[in-house]
Amino acid sequence: MTLQEGLAVTDAVTTPRQSPRRGVRLGLGNWLLPLYAILALVFLLIPIAYTFVFSFNNSVKSNIVWRGFTFDKWLNVCDQIDVCVAFGNSLIIGVTATIAATVLGTMIAIALVRYRFRFRSAISLLLFLPMATPEVVLGAGLASEFLGAGVEKGLGTIIIAHTMFCVSFVVVTVKARVSTLDPALEEAGRDLYGSPNQVFWRITFPLLLPGIIAAALLSFALSFDDFIITNFNAGTTSTFPKYIYISAARGIPAEANVIASAVFILAIVLVLISQISSAMKRKKLAANGG
Amino acid sequence: MASGTFAESGADLELVGIQKRFPGFTAIEHLDLTIPAGSFFALLGPSGCGKTTTLRLVAGLEDPTEGSILIGGKDVTKLKPFQRQVNTVFQSYALFPHMTVLENVAFGLRRRKIEDPIGKAHEALVLVELDHLATRKPQQLSGGQQQRVALARAIVNRPALLLLDEPLGALDLKLRRQMQLELKSIQEEVGLTFVHVTHDQEEAMTMADTVAVMNKGEIEQLGAPEELYELPRTAFVANFLGQSNLFTGHVSGSTSNSITVDVEGTKITIPTKRAQRHKGEVTVGVRPEKLHLHKNAPKKEAGTNSLGPGRIIDVSFSGVSTQYTIAIPGIDKVTVFQQNTTFGPLAGEGAEVWVSWDVDHGFGLEDEPGATPRFPADADTASIAVQKRRALMSELEES
Amino acid sequence: MAFSAFATGTAKEQAPRRKSRIALLLLLPGILYLMLFFLVPLVSLVITSFQQPIPFGDIGEYQTAFKWENYVDVVNTYGEHIFRSFGYAILATIFALLFSYPLAYFIGVTARRWPLVQNLMLVLVIAPFFISFLLRTLAWKSLLSDESFVISGLKALSLMAPDAHFTGTPAAVIFGLTYNFIPFMTLPLYSTLERLDTRLLEAGSDLYSKPSMTFFKVTVPLSMSGIVSGVLLTFIPAAGDYINASRDFLGGTGTQMIGNVIESNFLVTLNYPAAAALSIILMAVILVMVTVYVKRSGTEDLL
Repeated sequence: MTLQEGLAVTDAVTTPRQSPRRGVRLGLGNWLLPLYAILALVFLLIPIAYTFVFSFNNSVKSNIVWRGFTFDKWLNVCDQIDVCVAFGNSLIIGVTATIAATVLGTMIAIALVRYRFRFRSAISLLLFLPMATPEVVLGAGLASEFLGAGVEKGLGTIIIAHTMFCVSFVVVTVKARVSTLDPALEEAGRDLYGSPNQVFWRITFPLLLPGIIAAALLSFALSFDDFIITNFNAGTTSTFPKYIYISAARGIPAEANVIASAVFILAIVLVLISQISSAMKRKKLAANGG
Repeated sequence: MASGTFAESGADLELVGIQKRFPGFTAIEHLDLTIPAGSFFALLGPSGCGKTTTLRLVAGLEDPTEGSILIGGKDVTKLKPFQRQVNTVFQSYALFPHMTVLENVAFGLRRRKIEDPIGKAHEALVLVELDHLATRKPQQLSGGQQQRVALARAIVNRPALLLLDEPLGALDLKLRRQMQLELKSIQEEVGLTFVHVTHDQEEAMTMADTVAVMNKGEIEQLGAPEELYELPRTAFVANFLGQSNLFTGHVSGSTSNSITVDVEGTKITIPTKRAQRHKGEVTVGVRPEKLHLHKNAPKKEAGTNSLGPGRIIDVSFSGVSTQYTIAIPGIDKVTVFQQNTTFGPLAGEGAEVWVSWDVDHGFGLEDEPGATPRFPADADTASIAVQKRRALMSELEES
Repeated sequence: MAFSAFATGTAKEQAPRRKSRIALLLLLPGILYLMLFFLVPLVSLVITSFQQPIPFGDIGEYQTAFKWENYVDVVNTYGEHIFRSFGYAILATIFALLFSYPLAYFIGVTARRWPLVQNLMLVLVIAPFFISFLLRTLAWKSLLSDESFVISGLKALSLMAPDAHFTGTPAAVIFGLTYNFIPFMTLPLYSTLERLDTRLLEAGSDLYSKPSMTFFKVTVPLSMSGIVSGVLLTFIPAAGDYINASRDFLGGTGTQMIGNVIESNFLVTLNYPAAAALSIILMAVILVMVTVYVKRSGTEDLL
């Protein structure tokens, strides 16, 4: 996922649905628009299907020509040790940057919604700009800073870079959650003999948790798929996208397809589970309430 | 942290010289108020009159700019909300959505480390007749049930003072009436001091022992509901609590127990003890249901005021009664409520009628007639704009 | 909308209270972090862009100077790349908009009656995000290579000259940019269309407007904020992208974009000042175009 992808997702996720739940009659014949929508989605999914299918290819070196079906690559992913190392690095970077960005961003989000302070618009701009800056500029800028300061590039610099671009996304996502939180809930907590500490940990935090988790997942997705910024700040350290970029010239091993497909399936399953569980919750509420 | 005990009983609440300023406007100018222990007290006023701010000051959710708050004689002005033996039933109920009903109710008990929080929470739920829903989440309850959980969550702590911030505002009319009665009986049962904020005059009068009418950050009048209704002291109270016919004129004569006001040539007499001002220009009034409608000129009798003739310009039927609006030359409009003891209106539109009422039913206000509405010196422009607009609207409606 | 995510003073704000000390404590770590690793790098880029080589130094050794000629040099050398970048990005943005609008309309408006379908389709729109951006692009490279059945099929049908290629051409790069950034366009469009009050469309037809008229006079203006967000979200990354145009992906020798030359200058030839100057130019042009675009589409409150 790239930065602007993140912004688009955040926006769709944090925008509350308001419109009356009623569709309109189809204009262009009753079948043209749905047909188009289905074809468009199929088009979007073609490369995913391709990647998935070729993870079963019994390839030798490059994975371009179909050489027969095999489960080998799924079972022995780490035969291609470079892929596994790169994948491991991506996981380490993703987890570390996610934790750092989630903590920093959540704190900012709470401050933005709940407190009044000077330089508010300057701070908003500072949070907004990283999302609107082309990644190549962010990458080159950080790299030139590290160069000037004589910092050795490696895992550390990648983590610093990823944390930087994830913070803004955490802020947007958590901020949306904070602003839907009824301040009366925290007041009720204080009124019911909760000290400020207890109110935060027993009321505010559990209520913000879904937003914080969404922000963390988004951060991880951004970090895991980032290539451009990483490429400028990685030095000799390999990450999964960087590995693909470098091997693109001589051919990608099918093991890379295996990892990408596995990550994809995991992510889709997570999304579907959350969709289904929230749909079920709504149904349960509708059944019980009122 | 409050000590782990319950308040013995309700406590007095005293507000001394309270002022509350927010950046840009003053919510409360100067407020002195004493609420005796064990009473059901209602703060009644239009939105923006400062009643909710008053409640939040007592709860400790806001700090007063000036003045002090005493509960049971103890100064609590500097105490944080969680250190005060005060609980609030919030307007939005503010039930914690991530906890069950039972955990919501037990929350305060747990924070104060009171023994057997679950048992006590169940008892409170039994009191509001919701114990069977203890394991539900708040979102799974109806509005009225949520309201009762919020009440249980507050009273389970046996606070010295229970604050209710328009707790029935979100309920429909029928449920609202039912909850009013329930609240009242619960208050009698537990004997706590209830302070109830509302803009619904009927609700305030039904439930409270004492009602304070607030307007623009000040208390206009305080007293038992009946007293407020029958003897309003200001034009605001006379019109906010029900409707009134008000007439302004010079005092033209007085006896030992009555004064007479000359309203454009018509004499209106009211008892001296029911008048706040006894000379100069005064405003007197009478409630519309106290008026009698006559098709012929009534005989002049002592002990009765009469006006007329005038013309009926509007008749509107509202079930138990019919409202007649009568234009009387020189006196503007007079409103009369007539019980529908028979079928059909007494007189139709355009009919010539007279009205009369018992002198004892009149009242005299303490307002300076013609006094301009008070704007606090630093009222925000928005509120001035709103008031200006309202004035303009009522002008338009009249013309 | 995405681009108003940080607009100050939105109606949603809940009367923030003055407690500057806590606010400072909450803000300070994150803000310092962003200053150190976002603002300082930008300044560092500006400084680097004016540097000159150390006399008799090694490759990649520069000293601080005010060599503004660097900018003239890069514009002379890479003017074509800069021009091409924005050309490709604009075309990709237009194609993405044309592709996405009907899709977003279907998901956001038509499919409202079936929330499950709506959610499922949204998941499918963002599904490509969950698979590596690079692998997606490589997949297209294989699917559209000269040996692929798509291209050989086109050739067999004489729709393409027998010796023509698709990969390596500007068309392939624009195709890749369009494909990769379609979800950026679809999601903000969906967000606004989802909130479109369909009663307004009924009002439109009630007031004697033909469906096509209603679409252009009611639907499009009402979804303008989504269009603006989507265009920006597509245009910015497309202009700075260097994956699609790279020779190992969908590009060829004649399709290099500004991102490619920034990368090669920075990481291969170690010509930092040139890479920095190009980055600053890219950032400046994007900022100017975005500002003009936002102003002209009359949605200034977006930023």
